[in-house]
Amino acid sequence: MPETERDERRGPRTSGLGRVLITVYLILAIGATLRAVYQIVAKFDEAPLAYTLSLVSGLVYIVATVALIKRAGAWRTVAWVTLIFEFVGVLVVGTLSLLVPALFAHPSVWSWFGAGYLMVPLVLPVLGMVWLRRGGSRTAVVAAAHEGTHVSRSEAGA
Amino acid sequence: MILWFAVAQIIVAVLAALVSLIVFARRSAPNDYVLGATLLVGALLLAQIVIAIIAPFAGNPAAGDPLEFWMYLIVAAILPFGAGFWALIDRKPSANLVLLVVHLAIAVMLYRMLVIWG
Repeated sequence: MPETERDERRGPRTSGLGRVLITVYLILAIGATLRAVYQIVAKFDEAPLAYTLSLVSGLVYIVATVALIKRAGAWRTVAWVTLIFEFVGVLVVGTLSLLVPALFAHPSVWSWFGAGYLMVPLVLPVLGMVWLRRGGSRTAVVAAAHEGTHVSRSEAGA
Repeated sequence: MILWFAVAQIIVAVLAALVSLIVFARRSAPNDYVLGATLLVGALLLAQIVIAIIAPFAGNPAAGDPLEFWMYLIVAAILPFGAGFWALIDRKPSANLVLLVVHLAIAVMLYRMLVIWG
């Protein structure tokens, strides 16, 4: 398969870890957004603040997922901003859900540090930032080019 | 929901996750076992859609909110086909990990559906 052609179409090459990370992000983005939409449609009056925040976080997860898939140029900055936003969000709302349960102790993505989502919201932004940092913009291009030639060579040999 | 069918679905999803993990550990691309298990999980979810449509008319209505239930079911049903398609167009060992994550997510979503149905 012509690797260069595929690279142009799909943007930067995605490594194994990155692929899994993007999958988890995608599922969380869809899950969080749809759940927030449901909460707002069905029971907005119970906790308007928590559910609005849920929707915002869901939409931010969608943006983060797209930014992680593209992650070149301006998308890289978008990825960093959304990841930091998520990490701060889960810490602040997680703490508030314990301190001000009346306002925040409702099932939202970030309540109780994301316990309702198996703590994934707490761990994911950290993993995302580690992954982004490891492939700094310049080295990522070089590494991608290197990996590309390496893979096509091994495929030719197979 | 039919309890035994939902429980069987959860078990199949967890087993499919296990198969994905084993094949990934061998550093091979998704093989017929992995893709077959994914297809089975998808087929069972389609069957669950049919069951969930018929069940209320057969005296088995949802105790919780049907809207929430259907949101889970539709997203869960899309996941194995989306991830399976991705595994087919990009056959690498890491595709097994993607399927592993998807199967575990489906197992959790099925559990949530059971809770909502009551």
